[in-house]
Amino acid sequence: MPEQPMLHYLWIVPLLPLLGSAVNGLFGAKWPNKYVTATAITSTGLSFLCALEAVREFVLERHSEFFHKEFFTWITAGNFRAGFDLQMDQLTVVMLLVVTGVGWLIHIYATGYMAHEGGYYRFFSYLNLFMFFMLILVLAANYVVLFVGWEGVGLSSYLLIGFYFLRKSASDAGKKAFIVNRIGDFGFMLGMFLLFRAFGTLDFQTLFAKAGTWQPDAMGQFGTLTVACLLLFMGATGKSAQLPLYVWLPDAMEGPTPVSALIHAATMVTAGVYVVARSHVLFTHSETALIVVGTVGCATAFFAATIGLVQTDIKKVLAYSTVSQLGYMFLACGVGAFTAGIFHLMTHAFFKALLFLAAGSVIHAMGGEQEMPKMGGLGKKIRWTYYTMLTATLAIAGIPPLAGFFSKDSILFEAFRREGGWHSLYAFGLLTALLTSFYMFRLIFLTFSGRARYDEKKVHVHESPWSMLGPLVVLAILSVIGGWLALPTFYGGSDYFANFLAPVFGGGPEAAGVATEAATHQLELILAGVAFGTALIGIAVAYWLYLKNPRKPDDLAKSMKPAYTTLLNKYYVDELYAFLVVRPLLWLSTNVFWKAIDVAGIDGTVNGIAHGAAAIGDGVRHSQSGNTRSYAVWVVAGAIVILAVIFFWPAASKTVLGLVR
Amino acid sequence: MVPTNYYVILSAILFGLGVFAFIFKRNVITIFMSIELMLNAVNLAFVAFSQALGKLDGQVFVLFVIVVAAAEAAVGLGVIILIARNRQTLNVERVDLLKL
Repeated sequence: MPEQPMLHYLWIVPLLPLLGSAVNGLFGAKWPNKYVTATAITSTGLSFLCALEAVREFVLERHSEFFHKEFFTWITAGNFRAGFDLQMDQLTVVMLLVVTGVGWLIHIYATGYMAHEGGYYRFFSYLNLFMFFMLILVLAANYVVLFVGWEGVGLSSYLLIGFYFLRKSASDAGKKAFIVNRIGDFGFMLGMFLLFRAFGTLDFQTLFAKAGTWQPDAMGQFGTLTVACLLLFMGATGKSAQLPLYVWLPDAMEGPTPVSALIHAATMVTAGVYVVARSHVLFTHSETALIVVGTVGCATAFFAATIGLVQTDIKKVLAYSTVSQLGYMFLACGVGAFTAGIFHLMTHAFFKALLFLAAGSVIHAMGGEQEMPKMGGLGKKIRWTYYTMLTATLAIAGIPPLAGFFSKDSILFEAFRREGGWHSLYAFGLLTALLTSFYMFRLIFLTFSGRARYDEKKVHVHESPWSMLGPLVVLAILSVIGGWLALPTFYGGSDYFANFLAPVFGGGPEAAGVATEAATHQLELILAGVAFGTALIGIAVAYWLYLKNPRKPDDLAKSMKPAYTTLLNKYYVDELYAFLVVRPLLWLSTNVFWKAIDVAGIDGTVNGIAHGAAAIGDGVRHSQSGNTRSYAVWVVAGAIVILAVIFFWPAASKTVLGLVR
Repeated sequence: MVPTNYYVILSAILFGLGVFAFIFKRNVITIFMSIELMLNAVNLAFVAFSQALGKLDGQVFVLFVIVVAAAEAAVGLGVIILIARNRQTLNVERVDLLKL
């Protein structure tokens, strides 16, 4: 038995959900729901426990010393080796606990939410499969294994978005998600190839050690590292729904709500942030790439937040909010504050999962209704859902001392502190914070306050079962206390989170040491105050518009009709893509690839050969008359030809005879 | 002593007559006879070459051919009788089932 058993058998952590998925997928169809539930909950729960034990061994027994183990070699070709290697460092710890912990809670929730749905076993089989791939992704010790998880979560996401595959919109949304992600993955693969070409390895440790010694690429120059980073980031924009590849995420809300919570809010969509943070050595070597990451993140955050202002579907608002918050994380990475980015990733996983689950609880209570204009006044009827969702909303809006305040504040602080033209990013970040608190409270007021705008006789509003409320409460607690991990020193905390991650991201400017300077203290306090004030303004505006003057929003919409319709139609981005990409491709596929190349070219050749053979046969057929003497004529004719050859062309006959011998 | 090529030429003429008759005659018995003619033309060539080369192989072969021809005559005539009984004709143009 090795000294740290769980770490040395780390593969158990991802394997358990895979087993659960296989068992449910193979046998679940014939089982009653409770067996399926038991399998799914046990496998992910055990996986969570194993992850906890592994983390305990890592932190307490190894004292957070980097852990890496090669389990078996998967691919070897020349000097290329891709092994099934797993690793554990502080970044992995955070991701591992978020994925297994939040994942487990959402599994429990889903047993309640999906109880009356068809395909119960199929749902949990897919959900467990997702857990498996996500764990592979976060535990991987090289880009190849990471890519396996990366593609695998894409697959599970596709399967789960299209879970209600009889609904055309759902299966279309699944396809859209898959195809848009392929575009990003293409860049990701090119990035991997480039890295292998440059460094001869794809193992994180070796690669980053080699890259660390390189000269940083000059600003505005496209060196190897810059190009590789931009390609990796292209993959990240696909998976993490950033501009310009974010379009699949809002459509992905066609999937069941637990899926939206787990995959499209808490875990999978953060994979892009994780990859950027994991590759931070490369990114910090390229100022250009960092600027691109920061700008794209900031632009996405603002862009998605503006769309979120006018959406009426409760899940769509949350979807755009997710896109926006992911933009924040990339903004953090772009200014070099990877710790802040990962911190926001973690707190976001808590409160956004909670928001989605609570929204699911609302939808459950309303009997499937998702349009907020048809809700209202639910706060008194479903109290638990209301209070937990309110907690999450306060957290995402950035109200101290909830989790979102600390993480968002640290991102804005780092953006502000960064020298050289980053103030505009800070400004947009702050503006986004204002928009965020506004649209989130718009959601709360429209859903839970005011008078009921639905038919109270038809809709029987009821609180969800405890299997759904339990996870809500746990996540609400996490949304409250999750931020305290990174309590900056002047609030009386020790910024445990930054210290914990310092070995991974190095003692950069974002490390705890610098924050003790008095001037920075003051600055941070002022910025925190500004952020808090902004959040309050957003809430106040939402309160004034949606509770005090419920008619005002409609008037505003009328008076600013062009802007309103643009936002309502999501800036016509889908239409633009359809016009620029989808329709030209469709035309090209139909007219060139299908009709010209496939039908005329390939099919034409094959069919032509067949037709030719048939025609020749048709002609020759007549030689078989059935008359024996006509056959004799052929025999004689053949004999004459052979004799003629032997007599008049001896050389040829010798060759033929030689061949026969 | 008659030179060998006389025999060979005679053999070729007989064989050619056999082929000609085989192709152009319609009566199945005539065709059968033309086959016999061809076989015997070959026999003649065998014997002639055997004599010319001073080897016995050719003559042995001829004996084989005669035996096989006798057997063939037995079977062939049997087939012809059956055809005549079943079809009431000896014209080969009316016996053309050997086609698709």
